Amino acid sequence: MLRVSLREISAALKEGRVSPTELCQRCLSFIKATKFLNAYITVAEETALKQAEESEERYRRGQILGDLDGIPVAVKDNFSTAGIETTCASNMLKGYIPPYNATVVKKLLDQGAVLLGKTNLDEFAMGSGSTDGIFGPVRNPWSYSKQYREKSVQNSHTENEDSNWLVTGGSSGGSAAAVSSFTCFAALGSDTGGSTRNPAAHCGVVGLKPTYGLISRHGLIPLVNSMDVAGILTRCVDDAAIVLGVLAGHDPKDSTTVQDPFKPFELTSFIDASKLCIGIPKEYHAPGLSSETVALWSKAADLFENAGAKVIEVSLPHTRYSIICYHVLCTAEVASNMARFDGLEYGHRSSMDKSTEVMYAATRREGFNDVVRGRILSGNYFLLKQNYETYFVKAQKVRRLIANDFVNVFRSGIDVLLTPTTLSDTIPYVEFIKEDNRTRSAQDDIFTQAANMAGLPAITVPTALSEKGLPIGLQFIGRAFQEQQLLTVAKWFEKQVEFPMIQLHGLMDHGHTVCQHQKSAFFS
Amino acid sequence: MTGLALNCSINKKSLFDRKHYFYADLPAGYQITQQRLPVAVNGSLSYSLCVGGKKNQMVTRTVRIKQIQLEQDSGKSLHDDTRSQTLIDLNRAGIGLMEVVMEPDMSSGEEAAAAVRELQLVLQTLGSSQAIMAEGQLRVDANVSVHHLGEALGVRTEVKNINSARFLARAIDYEIQRQIKELENGGTVINETRAFDYKLGCTIPMRDKEGKQDYRFMPEPNLPPLILYDTKSLPANMNHQQVVNIDWIRERLPDLPSVRRVKLVEQYGILPEHSFTLLNEDGLMEFFENVVRQTQMNPKKVIGWILNDMLGYLKQHNLTVQESPVSSLFLADLLNLLERGTISSSAAKQVLEELWKAEGKTPLQIVKEKKLELIQDQQELDQICQAVVEGHQEEVMEIKKGNLKVLNKLIGLVQRTTRGRADPVLVKQILEKRLSQ
Repeated sequence: MLRVSLREISAALKEGRVSPTELCQRCLSFIKATKFLNAYITVAEETALKQAEESEERYRRGQILGDLDGIPVAVKDNFSTAGIETTCASNMLKGYIPPYNATVVKKLLDQGAVLLGKTNLDEFAMGSGSTDGIFGPVRNPWSYSKQYREKSVQNSHTENEDSNWLVTGGSSGGSAAAVSSFTCFAALGSDTGGSTRNPAAHCGVVGLKPTYGLISRHGLIPLVNSMDVAGILTRCVDDAAIVLGVLAGHDPKDSTTVQDPFKPFELTSFIDASKLCIGIPKEYHAPGLSSETVALWSKAADLFENAGAKVIEVSLPHTRYSIICYHVLCTAEVASNMARFDGLEYGHRSSMDKSTEVMYAATRREGFNDVVRGRILSGNYFLLKQNYETYFVKAQKVRRLIANDFVNVFRSGIDVLLTPTTLSDTIPYVEFIKEDNRTRSAQDDIFTQAANMAGLPAITVPTALSEKGLPIGLQFIGRAFQEQQLLTVAKWFEKQVEFPMIQLHGLMDHGHTVCQHQKSAFFS
Repeated sequence: MTGLALNCSINKKSLFDRKHYFYADLPAGYQITQQRLPVAVNGSLSYSLCVGGKKNQMVTRTVRIKQIQLEQDSGKSLHDDTRSQTLIDLNRAGIGLMEVVMEPDMSSGEEAAAAVRELQLVLQTLGSSQAIMAEGQLRVDANVSVHHLGEALGVRTEVKNINSARFLARAIDYEIQRQIKELENGGTVINETRAFDYKLGCTIPMRDKEGKQDYRFMPEPNLPPLILYDTKSLPANMNHQQVVNIDWIRERLPDLPSVRRVKLVEQYGILPEHSFTLLNEDGLMEFFENVVRQTQMNPKKVIGWILNDMLGYLKQHNLTVQESPVSSLFLADLLNLLERGTISSSAAKQVLEELWKAEGKTPLQIVKEKKLELIQDQQELDQICQAVVEGHQEEVMEIKKGNLKVLNKLIGLVQRTTRGRADPVLVKQILEKRLSQ
């Protein structure tokens, strides 16, 4: 029952086939059973059950708030949730309990959604593996899937198969794992350079990055103000559209949201492919792209062409500057946004208090991990008076060029771009950590961060399983504020590829074995 | 509004930036300000001050306004040295401020104080701020430097912690002298921040909280450019409650102090110095106009009563105009009695004394009670004059010798005898007649 889509469970609730409290309890017990995935930092059991009870009362009176009433959801732990600890997986905010809800959280709760808990991430959303938070790495549910296990037996894996679990991708790995492992029906992530789409692709779920300015960032603890968006993770495109309908719209508390009123839409299953023009950016044939992914990408292009759509190769000439440009602008804004963590008002405060300066320095050293500190130092360097023109201003100009690349392509008649989401399927944790965070991010963000630079909407759709039995997703990038068109195309594609559901049978049993081995896996 | 009042060019598009530094009263680690492109630039402020040896010559000076920018306030730090701790009050952190930056066109503490006082009046008239320095509604930092005529401006110091216009003048004058002395002794002036110690009347170096810092300015990513419109550029379909129309605001600007002063002088024939005092004292102009409206006395004479008698009394007892025990109506009544010749001016002063007690009696009631009416009976007056003349033969001799000033003494004696109820002009006539006999 937990495996159905949001739309289906919503119907079940309305028809009384299941009650909100029953649904909530099931999800909560399944979270416990999948604890070894480490997808959740905080499980808000009490408040969730209370919300479920209130929802049940509304269903009884026939006064439900909307399609999300009674639906269990999870939220990445960098969104402020009133009364629920919000840590950003960092020592800096361990124990911090926000006094207010992020706007997107409030919108979900106002629709009657049941907040199960806060999901795990890379510390302060910096990373592409969900491995660098203080609560440990998140495990990809596909590590325990029948599809993967069958294939890995063939590859003659060693005795302790448990130590070879796979990463989720990041930084919203917890949210992706939570949705993928059926513990909730939708989850919020954040997307600054691909942090929603990357783990969505690796976990075989849908990851939507909306247009910048469509959804409020108020309450999303900021990383890069000019690129951050709230991301939506669901098991199918339709569900993403439902959640988008609830979240989108102007927020007076966020001056970067557009004033135009947003009209929620329903997706049709049918498209007239002959009217569609798909663009394939040639610069996205990047080195390191796995042959499997290339093949899949090609097959997808053929799919559209066979259906009557125009599939054209296009050029985004400034693509190769994108990752460097992103790095400069990202670290500069990070340095600025992290300045508020001084230990005085909230969060961790060092006990070294000889002077204010000493306390600040010690607090920030103790509170932040190396990744965060590295980015702060880089960012401050780029913002120094003598460097500002050379780095920051230059990067902004390049950013404009990158954004213009997209404008030109869309102006020439392209409706939607089709690209890979990640270089390959996911890899084991022990492999992943062989390179550092910065290197990994630079490699893994390559297809995703341009959409953040240009502020465009993008969605990853699980397409097929790799030879190892692991998910590969493909990405669609659309025009600004044209989510309806983007999601319509994505939905059609999803229907064509019929991506298989993850088979997590025997997960319960596996849970016990894993718990015994858990310690060694964690601290290896 | 303030930009328009200070003759600035309004930038229809202005931008916000982050200024980064670490300090306990700055919770975000940066301050949002307008470093690149502020909302208003290139204005001017005219002010007047009294110059000359006797300070009786009024001149007008102008100080250029470099820019007006919007920015955030920081919190407040209170240093508790006894417990070696600092207390931070964050209540005002993040609140919007307007910073007015002047060019270094002033050359004395007095000029600066006069300019600031005029700015206070402008802000109060507009309603932008009550601008009371003692309450922190207007904070003034002075940048002071010295140089020889014809040379470039010297190194400047910034003086903070100034709580009134008077202290501003003192702090600046002290700092000017300090710098001159320093340079004359072969030293140099350091570019530093100094605090004014009002008890000692001097400036002391502050624990430099900023020093030579790189603020790593960065555009504020959460605030789009601020767009202001005028009637020409206002888009047709824009919700007019959502936009600021500069022309609309300009049309609704109230009369600025300088304009009001000119109008007062023109309308009532008072001196320019008088108009300054009337506007400087909150409520005094309204009081004056109310009295003028209700009396037949010439405004030029009324002003004396307002500025000398009324204001003098209020200042003595530390009262505001609103707290005055004497209402404009009563004063007008009193002045009417004087004007009609019912009482003399010295009697009027006695009545005013009584009115201050605020026992609810009208001026007329007091006059009747104390029998202060001018003596109308010529004969009675004559007799009193006679008595005075007879009693002061020495003075009479002096007058007959030609020392006419002594006559005033006799008049004064008559007044004393009559308790101010004699018309001095009449008394003079009578005495002169008698003495010439």
